[in-house]
Amino acid sequence: MKLKKGIPVIDQVDRLGFWGGKFGGNFVPETLKKPIDDLEIQFNKLKNDKNFIVERDKYFENWIGTPTRFIKLNNLTKYIGGAQIWSKVVSDANGGAHKIYNATVHCLLAKRSGKKVIIGDTGAGYAGKMLSMAAKKFGLKCKIFMGAKDIKRQQPNVKAMKKNGADVIPVYSGSQTLVDAVSECMRYWVANCDTTAMCVGSTVGPAIFVRICGWSTSQISRELKTQLVNEFGDIPKKLKLYNCVGGGSSSFGFWNEFMDYDKKQVEFIGVEAGGPAKSNRHAAPLTYGSKIGILHGAAQYVNQNSDGQIEETESISAGLDYPGISPLHCFLKDTKRARYTAASDEEALKAYQIVTKYENLRPSLEPSHAFSVAIKEAKKLSKDTIVIINSCGDAYKDRGILEQKLGKKYDKSN
Amino acid sequence: MINPISLAFKEAKKEKRPALITYTVAGDSSKKQSLEILKAISNYADILEVGVPHNTPVADGGQIQTSAYRAIKNGIKMNDIFKIVSNFKKSKNSKPVIFMGYYNMIFQYGENNFLKKCKKSGVNGLIVVDLPWPENKIFSKKCKKNSINFVQLLSPTTSNKRLKSITKDSHDMIYYISMLSTTGGKLKVSPKKILTNYNKIKKISPKKNCVIGFGITEKTISNFKNTDGLVVGSQICKEITRSLSNRQNPVINVSKIVSKLKKKIS
Repeated sequence: MKLKKGIPVIDQVDRLGFWGGKFGGNFVPETLKKPIDDLEIQFNKLKNDKNFIVERDKYFENWIGTPTRFIKLNNLTKYIGGAQIWSKVVSDANGGAHKIYNATVHCLLAKRSGKKVIIGDTGAGYAGKMLSMAAKKFGLKCKIFMGAKDIKRQQPNVKAMKKNGADVIPVYSGSQTLVDAVSECMRYWVANCDTTAMCVGSTVGPAIFVRICGWSTSQISRELKTQLVNEFGDIPKKLKLYNCVGGGSSSFGFWNEFMDYDKKQVEFIGVEAGGPAKSNRHAAPLTYGSKIGILHGAAQYVNQNSDGQIEETESISAGLDYPGISPLHCFLKDTKRARYTAASDEEALKAYQIVTKYENLRPSLEPSHAFSVAIKEAKKLSKDTIVIINSCGDAYKDRGILEQKLGKKYDKSN
Repeated sequence: MINPISLAFKEAKKEKRPALITYTVAGDSSKKQSLEILKAISNYADILEVGVPHNTPVADGGQIQTSAYRAIKNGIKMNDIFKIVSNFKKSKNSKPVIFMGYYNMIFQYGENNFLKKCKKSGVNGLIVVDLPWPENKIFSKKCKKNSINFVQLLSPTTSNKRLKSITKDSHDMIYYISMLSTTGGKLKVSPKKILTNYNKIKKISPKKNCVIGFGITEKTISNFKNTDGLVVGSQICKEITRSLSNRQNPVINVSKIVSKLKKKIS
């Protein structure tokens, strides 16, 4: 299995939509074949259409707000006493997370194809919140499928979705989290694909959704590349990019533009959710060597039993609480371009406390996983190493969990 | 030797009626009871679809999901399902069996092992919901080699070009999904429109047995008397759920429904 240079990773698929011949694909009911084909034709055409790129960039710039900040975390660097710690503050984006890029692109596509309704899944509520924002912006009706357990633990985002006029549909089947929300969303699409567009909230699902999402979030690394050159005159000789990985949309977007660099120069570190320290359940299929299976239309490493039933996961972070992982990351793992590890719930919470103590930055529980590993590794790294953590979400949505776990009132002003 | 599925269609045609195909989930509500249900309904049905329960089904509606979750919760495993089929096949009134499920279950078992086990336990056909054409080309050939009918699915969104390619690659039986819906949806298009599409398929592929599924219930089934076969699933699963919550015997209630369905198309 080989990663090709000079070709975007999202386009390194074979005729049937597989990366490396075995990850991804289109394991979908016959009914969805046509809408997926239609979307593929539309996307392949538009991604090379100058007018469309101009339109996309207009919304990215004026509405989402690009670029998001690239800042040095001076106090944290001093406290750790190793590599230089920087952060790409993607939570600056309108809505507070990277999910806005994918949501915006999907709405632009839906609008062009004449669809009136757009549906989406959500775990942490970000994908749903952003889709509801974008749908409102582009005049589309919006339905968001969300696990009942996630609705309870991510109330701020649920309220935001409703405020934007979206229907939030609770999903009570299975573990009542993201995995069930995605299933239910796909089922709804099966029954309504003639009138409705679907947005998959991460780089998961049938191949076309993986590609659209990866293409959209790549805005993060496009900005970062320019920012690095502005700051250092060139891409640093020792650069390490840390990102949490649930479905894998923010990490893929954070890394994409650096894909062709040697990994000795630009290393990618993906941090999965290890779950509670004392639990066997985790949401880290790459770290803990899960087997390849089919989930939500794509072949990927996925937590499952020997029969092929998908296993429930457990993580403090709703956005990472997913038993599978993007085919793109399976591909990056097997080609050894990226390295994957996990942080436990407790480690993520601790990292959150350290970051908020030293910096004026509030990473949500998802990027706190990445901070945890970055902090640990940065200690042992030289001062000329540039460590960048993608702070892809803001902790406001987690305030209930944080108050409960840390026994302190959440103060938004910090 | 004519295969048992084609034979079942032939028998039904002799009686000038569509073949009745039922769907129940293996292990619902228990291993033992699902076997009893199969034995009871095979007095009326011509072909039995046995659902292989999966916990992330992307095409099943509420009724079948409930049945599947119930079976999984009660500990059903792939090998138990094979055992249910082989026990059923030993009964005196057994009928052809078609597995219906999702590809991951086959993938984890190993395609070759799975087919070997199917053959050994007496499974006659397979419907794999999330392995569409052309992705299923290699696997469906393997099925054919093992004398197992791979049932291709067609839907209202299938283009004419696709329809021709799929029917060409299909075995004796084709399954037409009546409407854009998950299983168990209410019939939201007119029977006339469904039959127009059905006839289009029959015109392209007159020799293959084409069955219609999704939205077929006691209320709608008599609209489709002039077809090769009809599949009823969700209504049966719903009846199992209803019987359990009313503390009644699902075996008796389900076989009553299937007998009624049969009468409506006879």
